This record gives sequence, C-alpha cells and structure tokens, in this order.
Amino acid sequence: MSNRVVITGIGWVTPLGHQIEGVWSAMLAGKSGIGPTTHFDATTFPTRFSGEVRDYDYRQYVKQPQLHDGVSLNTSFALGAAAMAWQGAGLGQGESVAPDRLGIYLGSGEGSIDFDNYVTANVLSWDAQKKQIDAPRWAGEAMHRLTATRELEQEPNMPLSHLAMEFGAQGPAYNCLTACAASTQAIGEATQILRRGDAEVMISGGAHSMIHPFGVTGFNRLTALSRRNDAPTTASRPFSVDRDGFVLGEGAGMLVLETLDHAQKRGAKILAEITGYGSSADAFRITDMHAEGRGPVAAMTLALKDAAINPPQVDYISAHGTGTHENDAIETRAIKVVFGDAAPRVPVSSIKSMTGHLIAAAGAVEAITCVLAIRDQVLPPTINLHQPDPECDLDYVPNTARKAKVETCLSNSFGFGGQNNTLVIRAWQP
Amino acid sequence: MPRRVMITGLGPLTGLGRGRQENWTAVREGRCAIERIVAFDPAGMPCQIAAEVRDFSVRDFVPKSYRKATKVMARDIELAVAAADLAARDAGLVTSGTAQEGQANSYPSPRMGAQIGAGLIAADINELTDALATAKCEAGAASGGGTQQAAPCCVAPVESTSGGGGASGGVFDIHKWGQTGMEQLTPLWLLKYLPNMLACHVTIIHDAQGPSNTITCGDSSAALSIGESLRVIQRGSADVCFCGGAESRLNPMAFIRQVLAGRLNAKDNAQPGQSVRPFCQSASGTVLGEGGAIVILESQETLAARGHGPGYAEVVGFGASQSVDFASRNRNPDPQGKGLALAIQKAMREAGVSAADIDLIVPYGSAIPEYDRAEAAALRAIFGPRLSQVAIVTPKTCWGNCGAGGAALDVCVAALALKEQVLPAVLNRAQPLEGIGSGWRQAKPAALRHALVFTTGLGGQNAALVLRRVEG
Repeated sequence: MSNRVVITGIGWVTPLGHQIEGVWSAMLAGKSGIGPTTHFDATTFPTRFSGEVRDYDYRQYVKQPQLHDGVSLNTSFALGAAAMAWQGAGLGQGESVAPDRLGIYLGSGEGSIDFDNYVTANVLSWDAQKKQIDAPRWAGEAMHRLTATRELEQEPNMPLSHLAMEFGAQGPAYNCLTACAASTQAIGEATQILRRGDAEVMISGGAHSMIHPFGVTGFNRLTALSRRNDAPTTASRPFSVDRDGFVLGEGAGMLVLETLDHAQKRGAKILAEITGYGSSADAFRITDMHAEGRGPVAAMTLALKDAAINPPQVDYISAHGTGTHENDAIETRAIKVVFGDAAPRVPVSSIKSMTGHLIAAAGAVEAITCVLAIRDQVLPPTINLHQPDPECDLDYVPNTARKAKVETCLSNSFGFGGQNNTLVIRAWQP
Repeated sequence: MPRRVMITGLGPLTGLGRGRQENWTAVREGRCAIERIVAFDPAGMPCQIAAEVRDFSVRDFVPKSYRKATKVMARDIELAVAAADLAARDAGLVTSGTAQEGQANSYPSPRMGAQIGAGLIAADINELTDALATAKCEAGAASGGGTQQAAPCCVAPVESTSGGGGASGGVFDIHKWGQTGMEQLTPLWLLKYLPNMLACHVTIIHDAQGPSNTITCGDSSAALSIGESLRVIQRGSADVCFCGGAESRLNPMAFIRQVLAGRLNAKDNAQPGQSVRPFCQSASGTVLGEGGAIVILESQETLAARGHGPGYAEVVGFGASQSVDFASRNRNPDPQGKGLALAIQKAMREAGVSAADIDLIVPYGSAIPEYDRAEAAALRAIFGPRLSQVAIVTPKTCWGNCGAGGAALDVCVAALALKEQVLPAVLNRAQPLEGIGSGWRQAKPAALRHALVFTTGLGGQNAALVLRRVEG
C-alpha cells in the first residue's frame, strides 16, 4: 500500500501580495494585481504591463540571509513562500524532520539574465560586416561585466539549492521545468515520492519571473501577450470573447507535503489531501495545442483515475485558463470531453485573471487556491468576464466569488510544447 | 512488487561518434575527442578546448515531415532529438518516428513516456545580437571611452574595460528595441530555448503521449530523469520511456558561465588529449563536451511481449539526495561526500546489493578537484579498503563533460560494459587519489555483475543508479 499524502503548509508570493490571507481575500474580492511594468523600461514594448510582486523582501522570511546574497528574483520568491509554508506547517518551531527524509521537488524557472551587461557586451563586440560577434572581444567584455554569482543564480536549480540550504534538506531533490506546467508537475511527482516512502516530508512548488526584456520580447514575438495597454487591470480576461492573450505575472507558490503517517505522528494540522495526479504529452506540435485537447484530456482522465473518482464528484476546476484564444477554447473542449454531462455543472475558474500568468510558478499558486477553497467553502472568481466566448460555455464563476460545497478540486496546468499536468486535491477526511 | 525495468536502447551522441557502436568502440579504446574549439573563436577564453560534435545535421535524424520544425531547435534540442532517434532504433522500437511504411508501432502512444534532462539553454548569440545591434544607442559612445551623457533610454552597464577606465555610455537603446528591434527576431524565437523542448520534440516525433517531464538540475539532470522514468514504469504509468539528456555549452554565453564558475581547466589547452584527469592528483578542472544520450527504459513484461531480447542491463536501484557545502559560494559538494553517499546507499539498498556485489563504478568524474575529492570520500566510506580493487571508469576523459546529458552517457558505458563483460580503457589517472586504483591502458574482459553510476553537479543534486547484468 502506498502512503497517503497530505498538505500541511502553504505559502505564496504573488502580484496580489505575499501573505496567505491577504492574497486570498484579494482574490475573493476579485482584485487585479496587474499594473504598469516597472522592472525595466517597457514603455515602447507592445506590452507594457504585467503582474509584478511589490514591496517584497525575502530577508524578512529567511533565518540565514547570508546564504542567499545575490539570488535571482525567482529564488527570492521561493525562499519567502517556502518559509511561510514551513512555518505554517508548524515546522518552524523546533519540529524536526530527519534531513535525509526531507526532500524538495520544485518546478522553478530560470533566473533572469543580466540584461544590461549582456546586451552591452554583445553590441560592443558585434561585427556588422561578418554578421557575427567578435568572439575574443566578446569574451573580454563579458568577463569584465558578468559576475559569477549573477550567472550561477540563473541556473534553474538554484531556487532548489537555496531552499535545501535554508531548510537543511538532504533527501530527494529535483527541479523540473516543463514550462507553464512545471509546478503542478513538481507537486505531482513529489506526491509520488511520498507515496513510495522515499521521503516523509517534501517542500514542493515553483518560482518564476519572466518579467524581463527578453521574457517579454519572447512572448510578444509569439503574440501570446495581451496588448491592452490602456487597461492593465482588465487585460487578463480568460474565457472572454475579447481576450487577446495572457498577462505575465511572477511569484512563487510553495507547499509542505507529508505522508499521512508523519503528519499525524507530529500532530500537524492537515489542510487537504492530494489524491490524484496525471501527466501527459500532447505530442502534437510545438506551436499549437491539439485541437481536441487530447493531452489535457489525458492528464485530467489519468488524475481522476489515480484518485479513483468520477467526474460528478469534482466540485471545482482551477483552470489553466491563460486568456489566450487557443488555450481557453481547447481547455473548455477538453473539460467537456472528460466530464461529459457533468461539465455544465462543475464550476471552473482562472485566478490568472487576477494574478496574471506566473509561468512555472502558476500551478503551485493555483493548487494553493484549491486548498483555500476547500478550507473556506468558497470559489475564487474569473474576473473581467463580461462577454463569454460562445466557444467557452461552462460555468467560469464570473467576476464574483461564490460560496459552494467544495470537497474535491482539479487543478490543470498545460505547458508550451504540450506537457500537461493535473492534480486532484481533496478535503481531508480520515 | 514494482515492475522490473530494463535498458533496451542506447543513443549516445558525442564528439566521438553517433550511436552505440561508434561511441562504445571509441571509449573502449580510450580515444579522446577533445580539441581546440571551432564552434566559436575561443581566443579570449582561459579554456579553449572541448569535445565538439562535428559535421552534424539534425535533419538526418528526423522524419522528412518534421524537417521544417528543426528550424526552431537550439543545438541542445537537436542533439536530444538525434539521440532519441538513435536510441529508438537501437531498441528496435517502432514508433511514428522510426516506422517503415506499413509497420505497426511497438506500443500504443499513451503508454510511451519521456523524461529528459536539459540545461540552461543560451540563445544563439549571433542571431540575437544581429537583432540587438539594430537598437544601438545614438547618444552613447559605441566603443566606450567617452563620458558623454547617454540618453535615458540607454541601458547603463558597468564600466567597460575598453573604455580605458572611463565610464562608457550606454550602447543599447531599449526604446528602439521595443519599437522595432525585437521584430528582427523570428516570431518563434523563444521556443528555441525553452528547456522542455527537448522532451516536447521527442514526444512529437515519436508520438509519445504518456507522462512527460523535463529535469533541470545541472549535470545531474540526465541521471535524475532516468530515475524518474524508472519510477514511471515501475508504477505502471507507462511501459516504455525516453530518458537521459543532452546539452551543448559550446557557445560563448554558456561557456563563459562555466568559466566564471571556475570549473574549466585553463592549464591544458596545449594537450587536450590529457586534459581531463578525474581522480588524479593533477586534476585541474573539467573540459566541456557537447552531446548526451537518450536511453530507452522498458517494462520487462511488455518487452517480452514484443519479442525483443532482454536488453543491455536491468535498472535495479535508484537514489537521489541533496548536499551543498554551506561554506562554499560555488555550491561545491560537501567535502566528505556525505550527501553523495546517501544517494548511493539508497540505490544500493533498493537493489539489495552490498559494496561487495559491485564490480564497476562510473562516477561523475569531472576532474574538478573539489568534486573528485568529495566523490572519492563517499566511495571510501561505502567500499572501504576494497575500493582500490573496484574498476572505476571515467568517460569524461574521452568526450568531455556533457552537462545535462553526461550521466546518460555514463549509463550507456555501464550498460555496455555489463552486456559485453568488458572494461573500457582508463586513462589520465597516473597519481590516483587515496583509495582509488590507477586504471589500465587497454580495454580488458572482466566478470561484472553490478555497476554503480552516480552523479552530482553545481547546486548539489545527487543521483545514483545500480544496474544489473542480464544474461543472453
């Protein structure tokens, strides 16, 4: 028999704030965390707004700040969110976990590039005739301008390494980077590690910021971002007929997961249980989702099967719901395939309407909203949804939070390139 | 009981060759692919040598219908896609990527998974700078030297070396970039560099619709991804998986990151063939290679059903752990190798073997002295005095350090040594570290029952695998 896996701690750093209750209240009030981009001068970019984390300093949260000098934004978010989850789990006050039984599985993104120094080195060493950089000159410029720490901290496993240092974890340690599905996948795989008994406690989640010039350039070139520059707070409008792309957010979501045994032995407060996980690949195209959503269908179906439940038992779906034309239509179609007759009755919402898309970190933040929805028996809304797309005809909990019976939630995340992951999160029942 | 998992296909792709046969022959003989770098002019770099994959076109490794998609592949992705093709064919696996006309696929698509390791992929510097150069700052002094005020839209870099001590003006105008510069980049630019694209292209080509993951833990990525595939098959979520990894850091940006991290050997540019000396007192850093391997793992039940032989080896144990030297800014491993030992012990426990059952060790063996010492300490703790009698093989001496793909190459070597009962040559270990044997200059037959493969990397994630010989 495999171990049951429960959630005992949650923490997040988001564009709506960085306290559990504050962010949750803002979500239930339907607030938007989107505003003008300030991380860099985006005033001429096609998209000039985003969901930035504001007034945040990770040093408030960590016990050993000297270990973390020079971290990238993503790691700084990871540290705060994990410290919140750790303390919330009652592990901050002398509760001990054997270091080799404490693992970490993150779905974190890379740190942002040292843009100013990098582009300067590139432009200064550009040989316009040969259409290539003068490599020896570039090496000289780069060696002078770039620093070891800043470069090292961009490695996608750095949030993981910093958490391991901060919390003394020596157990299984992974970072997966399956684009927008990463932290959902991380939570799913962390659950598998606990089920097998390869660890007793796992810190899991993700952290990411792509609000930097190349991040916005990349998504703007893909025409994936909303360009509603005149109205940033209403720009993220999943499932709306006039949606024009997603809005970039940043932040982190972290959970403490434990085997039921371990949680009960130490008398931990159990917030919810993870009962199902499904992972699949579209295996279709790099640029588009499969029109019938075969990957999302497979991920949801596998997760339900893993949890041994049927669609009518699902009370809420936390959608991937990015606000791109393609995702929202196909996700809707996929939900209908999986849920059949039950589809119109299951509420679906996208908190990305309020936080923007946290990319690798999105899934973990959404998993936390499922935990809170179960705790408070209330569903967060999809804001900015006044004219639903005829192709999107499910119940998206438009604009206003709603009281509801919430026992079982599904949380969907679909990555660029076609990696899909779904979790089943359930109210704790012995 | 979890299902048994076999290694049935090997797709190594390195500076020494393409596929199992070429690479195994070369490694057995101890050939080395490390030479002066030609991918870019390395004159400004302290280390100027590497093992490059030359004369390689990914178009030779994808179905005709997929050739167009190769335009959006960074080199890391190209290498993984080619390695996956080599591995699938080596396993005799019929997929939508390898099938001849009319041939039925070996497995239904939902039963095929992909867990592939990837590095931090750097954008092609020439492609990107061609676009960046269109947004040069008018007001800034293009080559440093000047002290004139840069326009406020010009990014303000640190002082330039070329400015003779004076602050250079900004050279890059971010307003121009936003208005027109970025349009010089192909619309799909971003997709070339997402690390999950290694797995995504492989899943598309082979129509693998099962569980799919991308592990990004530096040089441990491939070993962790093989461990993930093992678990996916053991728990029944798929019957066959593509796993392993690939990376190319032979471009200026990825290369300089390794330079800045102090990992590369800057002393042996004149003798590339002897530049990687793992577990030798004279080790002076690692040398990069490009490439990696995709390995096919398969459930023993379904393998038997498709009428294939037993494969190269069985994966019988896996362990993962984390260790960082708190005192070291470079995230070096714990000097006593404690975290590493933890991963190795877990893998051995799962395999039900003791140190006496292991006849071959393929360690990380990077020739970075701090790592070598930590690994040697971990091995001494586990193997005791017997360690000097156990064969330790270090293929990085031949194809360099292939980063996120490296540990998959180590698994290929271990699996082939077990299959053929042969130990490849071990070079460049004239003065071994305490407790380690000195190696042998020529391949030799040996009775090998179990092989231990382990890895670590920058950031401290460790992984260990135990492979068991299969008969037949």
